[in-house]
Amino acid sequence: MPEKPNAAGSARVSDPAPSAMQPAHIARNPGMPLDLDLVRGVAANTSAIERRCAALPGRRSIKKQWQAAWLLKAVTLIDLTTLSGDDTERRVHRLCRKAMQPVRPDILDALGMKGRGITTGAVCVYHEMVPAAVRALEGTGIPVAAVSTGFPAGLSPLRLRIMEIEESVAAGATEIDIVISRRHVLGQNWQALHDELRAFRAACGDAHMKAILATGELATLRNVARASMVAMMAGADFIKTSTGKEPVNATLPVSLTMIRAIRDYQELTGHKVGYKPAGGISKARDVLNYLVLIKEELGDRWLRPDLLRFGASSLLGDIERQLEHHVTGRYSASYRHAIG
Amino acid sequence: MQSGEDMTISDIFDNMEYGPAPEDARPALDWIAGNGARFGLFIDGAFVPSEGGESFETRNPATGEVLAHVTQAGQADVDAAVAAARKAQPGWEKLGGKGRARHLYALARLVQKHSRLLAVLETLDNGKPIRESRDIDIPLVARHFYYHAGAAQLMESEMPDQQAIGVAGQIIPWNFPLLMLAWKIAPAIAMGNTVVLKPAEYTSLTALLFAELCIEAGLPRGVVNIITGDGRVGEMIVAHEGIDKIAFTGSTEVGRRIRAATAGTGKALTLELGGKSPFIVFDDADLDSAVEGLVDAIWFNQGQVCCAGSRLLVQEGVADRLHDKIRARMDRLRIGNPLDKAIDIGAIVDPVQLQTISELVDRGLAEGGEAYRANAPLPGNGCYYPPTLICGLEPASTLMQEEIFGPVLVSMSFRTPAEAVQLANNTRYGLAASVWSENINLALDVAPKLACGVVWINGTNMFDAAAGFGGRRESGFGREGGREGLYAYTRPRAGAGGKAAKPVKPLHPVSGTPAPSGQPVDRTAKMYVGGKQARPDSGTSRAVLGPRGRLLGHVGIGNRKDIRNAVEAAHKAAGWARTTGHLRAQILYYIAENLSARMDEFADRLQSMQGGGSGPARAEVEASIDRLFTWAAWADKNDGAVHQVPIRGVALAINEPVGVIGILCADEAPLLGLISTIAPAIAMGNTVVAVPSWPFPLAATDFYQVLDTSDLPGGVVNIVTGEHPVLAKTLAEHDDVEAVWSFSSSDISQMIEAASIGNLKRSWVNHGMARDWSDADARTFLRHATDVKNIWIPWGE
Repeated sequence: MPEKPNAAGSARVSDPAPSAMQPAHIARNPGMPLDLDLVRGVAANTSAIERRCAALPGRRSIKKQWQAAWLLKAVTLIDLTTLSGDDTERRVHRLCRKAMQPVRPDILDALGMKGRGITTGAVCVYHEMVPAAVRALEGTGIPVAAVSTGFPAGLSPLRLRIMEIEESVAAGATEIDIVISRRHVLGQNWQALHDELRAFRAACGDAHMKAILATGELATLRNVARASMVAMMAGADFIKTSTGKEPVNATLPVSLTMIRAIRDYQELTGHKVGYKPAGGISKARDVLNYLVLIKEELGDRWLRPDLLRFGASSLLGDIERQLEHHVTGRYSASYRHAIG
Repeated sequence: MQSGEDMTISDIFDNMEYGPAPEDARPALDWIAGNGARFGLFIDGAFVPSEGGESFETRNPATGEVLAHVTQAGQADVDAAVAAARKAQPGWEKLGGKGRARHLYALARLVQKHSRLLAVLETLDNGKPIRESRDIDIPLVARHFYYHAGAAQLMESEMPDQQAIGVAGQIIPWNFPLLMLAWKIAPAIAMGNTVVLKPAEYTSLTALLFAELCIEAGLPRGVVNIITGDGRVGEMIVAHEGIDKIAFTGSTEVGRRIRAATAGTGKALTLELGGKSPFIVFDDADLDSAVEGLVDAIWFNQGQVCCAGSRLLVQEGVADRLHDKIRARMDRLRIGNPLDKAIDIGAIVDPVQLQTISELVDRGLAEGGEAYRANAPLPGNGCYYPPTLICGLEPASTLMQEEIFGPVLVSMSFRTPAEAVQLANNTRYGLAASVWSENINLALDVAPKLACGVVWINGTNMFDAAAGFGGRRESGFGREGGREGLYAYTRPRAGAGGKAAKPVKPLHPVSGTPAPSGQPVDRTAKMYVGGKQARPDSGTSRAVLGPRGRLLGHVGIGNRKDIRNAVEAAHKAAGWARTTGHLRAQILYYIAENLSARMDEFADRLQSMQGGGSGPARAEVEASIDRLFTWAAWADKNDGAVHQVPIRGVALAINEPVGVIGILCADEAPLLGLISTIAPAIAMGNTVVAVPSWPFPLAATDFYQVLDTSDLPGGVVNIVTGEHPVLAKTLAEHDDVEAVWSFSSSDISQMIEAASIGNLKRSWVNHGMARDWSDADARTFLRHATDVKNIWIPWGE
């Protein structure tokens, strides 16, 4: 029998405020005590996982109106992101407007999707930009996500990392993308990782915690699988691949490893945990492969913004061009679409 | 429910379903129409109508529609095809490997250039998903011609002692029509043979398109001949006197008939037959990856795969969890129009096959199996069977033993690695196996213990032209692919291995009233079984007389029970296979040393039995000692190979002992003939039941005393004396003997080959021709004394 999830560790487990992230009443993952047997028992055969990923694009084909619909779905799953040192309030405002209207209205109209409320899944910014984003998105229902905990390296003092979460939540972020201490994974120090994430989760309160594993720095898929499991045991609402700053970001094999962990965790606890691949997904063709992977391995329920996000900045532009091509039959140009 | 083209973007946005993604069938249909939907036979470089004018329909199993009419060849057509191949063969061989390489390269390129057409045509005719024909079958076809273009190019330099066999008759199945054609034709023509190939009657079309490619490639007339028709045509090919080699892929039942039909004809034979291949999942495996492996194992090509991982063996602790995962995965398989690019499971090849699958599953359920069928919609018409998992069966159940050749997986659990091996090997077949574990020690320990020709570790159904493929037991013999596969289409160059073969002179025991031996104490030669001297079960002996009638001693007349006991003893000594080559070498050297110490005695014995001067007798003993040295030398040197397959990892080609080998020894060389055959067998780790020269048996019975004093474990060599025809029959029929060799002067080759069909053991017989025993012919003996097992080991962390 799986151990019953333990609520004690999550200090403020209350129903979160309704948001676009929770349209269908997914019970929040409260986490559970660290089960080391389970973590150590995780297996991830790299070669077999790569074969599955290599074969998958050939196994499914999304064409014509299906492609348009799936790409529009992808738009609603994007965490439209700016994480640059030169971000300003005005820059963030521009991004937020794009999040509210990610696809040109005439294209949406031609696709029969006018009035379907197509927005991106969220806007994702650094802490200092949170107030500007919250102001710009007020009344839209689009959540503001803040990267936190000494993003991207996560090597500032723990006390400050926790305080950073609290500040961002206080500033109005309802989603916090935290980074884990990679050294705990590389040293197989699962208790330390669990403790750290527990503390982060407590600091998040009602805000949802997306745990960035920085998979490009975890060296092996086995480590990715184990870190995924520990993050979920610590109460992560989402597990996320990358900061976008590692040398290798989201890949299909890493994604397959993480979503299989999500599936196992659900079997174990009954809780659905979300997935966010981030970095490196810049083409419409790529995002379709991710959607197929999620649909095949986790099922249709995961194809919604409360359980799936794409951390991406340039992906939207490519999708817009593909959608216009679907409408006109002509290949599109990027200048025909508003920048964010 | 909405479906198809009328679904709106808004609907799809909400339901996130897959849409139809059909591949365009037009190019293939146009090609068929361009041929008037009617095809002749490809003989001597041109399409010709049948002499008899008969034809049959070939249908698309997904729809039942008739695609074309294909010719039913008759005897005159087969004669014409064989004659064309015969005529073309010398010139083709003389063209040389480098000349042939150009042609194979052209074929490889043409397959690539027409890959889409070939893929669509294959799917139309066979019903397999277009993904598979496009991404797997056709690329492997091209790969096979590329690889063998290289094999041809290098033949003279790398295989200088080998030459073409002649004309090959090739009969292929319907499950991988063009791929099996490539597996057959590419190595055959690369090595300088010409071919007469018959595709399966359900799936002739891609072979006929390939015939067009042969014309386009400028292949000389008659090198490739393709004749269509049902099993009767296959029988004509098998029986044809103008054919030197038969290569068959198909059912074990038909393979057995072919073995019987070719027995004693001297036709070379390779058989790639059925299987019930185990898929072993240990409790530390990556279960999700193992489930995906099962999709590739049993839900690949609708399970119509000879090496399908159809028998799941799962360690008890994870069995329920794995079954849950399999069931969930099954529900996500998409079954339907094979031309749809998003389909996992296509159509079963023919209603007859569908019926067979249904009946077998019904039988499994009647025997207590519990079936889970994929919760996925099936098309309303066409030949479809749902992916099925059957649990609750035991080894004694029919479905655990019988090949289903459909998308049906049977599952059983085990407790320990040893039990996994035991269950895996509890089958008449021995084609392939998958082993899933994250523990390299465990996986690499289990792989060599599995009785089969191919093992995939943490993978399944990996194929490549560079690695040999083929089985053991009733899965057949011979390998296709890799260097090992080239020997299936070559024979030793005449003159290279010694003098040209002459008929063996029949020899009989000297009969008559024995003259007194003059020995002070009576000597009775016994048999040698399990390391002990044994009296004949029959309780009868015959007198062995010298050439002038002098009594030399008595020798036991062995019967079937003596063979039975010897085979049992040989199996008990199976641990010999796991000894090191170093140990086996030392023992062979020791045998040589002890024989040398008794040189005079053995020379006298040979002389007393055969007459002649002391010179030839001493020379035979000296040659025997040298032969033992040769095989001691080889004992630790018959290295395998690391094949360069296109994965991150390797395929290890390991030379494994064949098992228990029954040897009918040469009559004319009582000592050298015995040693030249048992020494290679035991050097490679086999155990042996040797039947020595019957006219001159006493050298062999003296020899067991040498064995006894040389630390050879009991049972490794067993010696049963008796009449060759009697003992050969028992050995050939014995289902627990893996191979029979005969160098006897008795006319028993045909009988041995015909009697070997029970367990489809490997036979190697002399067809009445003498062997030059002065030549060790080590390469030939090494090949016959070993089976190549390819172990695929992908890696990566």
